[in-house]
Amino acid sequence: MKIQQLSVFLENKPGQMAAVFDILGKSSVNIITMSTADTEQFGILRIITPEWEKAKTVLEKGQFVVNLTPVIAIQVPHKPGGLSSILALFQNQGINIEYMYAFPCAHTTEAVLIARFEDPCNVADVINATSDFKILSEADVFKEKKSCEIQS
Amino acid sequence: MTQLATEQTIWDKNESLPREELQALQAKRLKQAVARVYQNVPFYTANLNALGLTADDINAIDDVRKLPFTVKTDLRDNYPLDLLAVPRDQLARLHASSGTTGKPTFAVFTQEDLDTWSDLCARFLYAGGLRKNQFAHVAFGYGLFTGGFGLHYGIERVGAGVIPAASGNTRRQIALLRDLNTETLICTPSYALNIAEVAREEGLDPATDLPIKFGHFGGEPWTEDMRVAIEAELGITAFNNYGLSEVLGPGVAGECPCRNGMHLQEDHFLFELVDPQTDEPVKPGEIGELIITNLTKQATTLLRYRTRDLCVIHEEPCDCGRTTRRMGRVIGRSDDMMIIRGVNVFPSQIEEALLSVEGTTPHYMIELDRPGNLDQVTVSVEIQPHMFSDKMTEMNMLKRAIDKEIRTITGIGVTLNLVQPQTLARFEGKAKRVIDNRFAPGSMEK
Ligand SMILES: [Zn+2]
Repeated sequence: MKIQQLSVFLENKPGQMAAVFDILGKSSVNIITMSTADTEQFGILRIITPEWEKAKTVLEKGQFVVNLTPVIAIQVPHKPGGLSSILALFQNQGINIEYMYAFPCAHTTEAVLIARFEDPCNVADVINATSDFKILSEADVFKEKKSCEIQS
Repeated sequence: MTQLATEQTIWDKNESLPREELQALQAKRLKQAVARVYQNVPFYTANLNALGLTADDINAIDDVRKLPFTVKTDLRDNYPLDLLAVPRDQLARLHASSGTTGKPTFAVFTQEDLDTWSDLCARFLYAGGLRKNQFAHVAFGYGLFTGGFGLHYGIERVGAGVIPAASGNTRRQIALLRDLNTETLICTPSYALNIAEVAREEGLDPATDLPIKFGHFGGEPWTEDMRVAIEAELGITAFNNYGLSEVLGPGVAGECPCRNGMHLQEDHFLFELVDPQTDEPVKPGEIGELIITNLTKQATTLLRYRTRDLCVIHEEPCDCGRTTRRMGRVIGRSDDMMIIRGVNVFPSQIEEALLSVEGTTPHYMIELDRPGNLDQVTVSVEIQPHMFSDKMTEMNMLKRAIDKEIRTITGIGVTLNLVQPQTLARFEGKAKRVIDNRFAPGSMEK
């Protein structure tokens, strides 16, 4: 139930982020969601897109360093306390989150949490066994939730 | 290795003369060398006359410091053969070093010089495991380059079988090594790794499927990490040797089984280590520029040749029984040396740090600035896919590991700047890794 995240190295100089999205836009890549992590010296851009293979190829051609990272997409209620309930579950189960980001789905009452774990398979098993949270497949995230897509 | 450590590995009694005896021999030979060039080489006659010196003024090895230096441009200015110390009809061989800027310089030999050369190469080959009943494979270029022939003669002198494979066609070289069950491989360190790589492509395990036990590598700078990699890849013991065609070719220095520096062939050369800025001798254990005076070479005898190679010299006795001093790896060229906050730092040290953290040497660039009169070093490193992680903690660990390694090796702290691939300048030929903005016009106001 893992989905692929593109992780892109960003050098700390003006226009790097714009360059990434320029390349993806020109290649008509749709982006579902993204997040960034920065330090003073460099940044890491994380992107969820159904066209990750094409996106990786075009970014590498543009001299970016791109890794594929398996992450888990979890459906959470889009309402106050929706996130805290799943975080409580992780805490109770002693699961360590490397990092996470979330996005709401338009016209629904659901949101999607993207989370990175050291051992995603194990986490998926624990969530399935101990809770009602739904782990989304690539098809769930990429195909059926068209309304979630952001046009890049 | 263990077998070599207990074996007698000294080829020539001159390698283990008592120090006083060796120094007396050096003093005698130095006086002869100065007399020879004063008499036969107009360039030196003029230089010594200008200083009011003759061989009469040279009576002890320290008197070498009275003599003028010889530099690379002196060799070019005396192209092709104006530095000959013997009549032209006594020459037995002429080699040349490739001229990266203009003319080549010649390395010339009388028959006596060729004999000496054979002996000096035999010394380190024998120290490194080569024996009469073995084969040695030379994958150095032959031709004008001194490397191939020098080693070739050394192998013959030991009495082992030479396979002059020269360069090229790695697959054929691997087949030769295997079919002949060859014990010793001689080439550049990077070619040794190339052989391992091609053997792997052929479906072989280079550590077990290749018969080689010993390797003698030289002809280009390499590091201890590279030695570890070569030894693991090929399953051999690897030895370092040093030479330069201006004073001989290979055979100037080479390792013994202890491999804690290359034994200097002090009976044939006088070695000094000087501070490249002041030309004064460095203190024991400090890095300096290696200066070589030919004591015995007949065809050309260079006085105080400035190699531009920087290294340390170990004086303490070696467990192998040789009494000669040992030079460490060449860690840089005096023309590349940076003085940062009073510390001598070389681009090769930064390279060594990157290699030891990363396993490969990424493209990098060193930039020096002096804001507020304090030297600041920025090392930009192109990130490679295997270095990159989506986790910030791992990226920070990588940065800290590189920082720490650079500090350990050079003693200075730097600002590390990770950059995207293909963003640093590329060079054809020798890379220029250092940009020094400290003395640029306008930099004082910063
Ligand atoms: Zn020794």
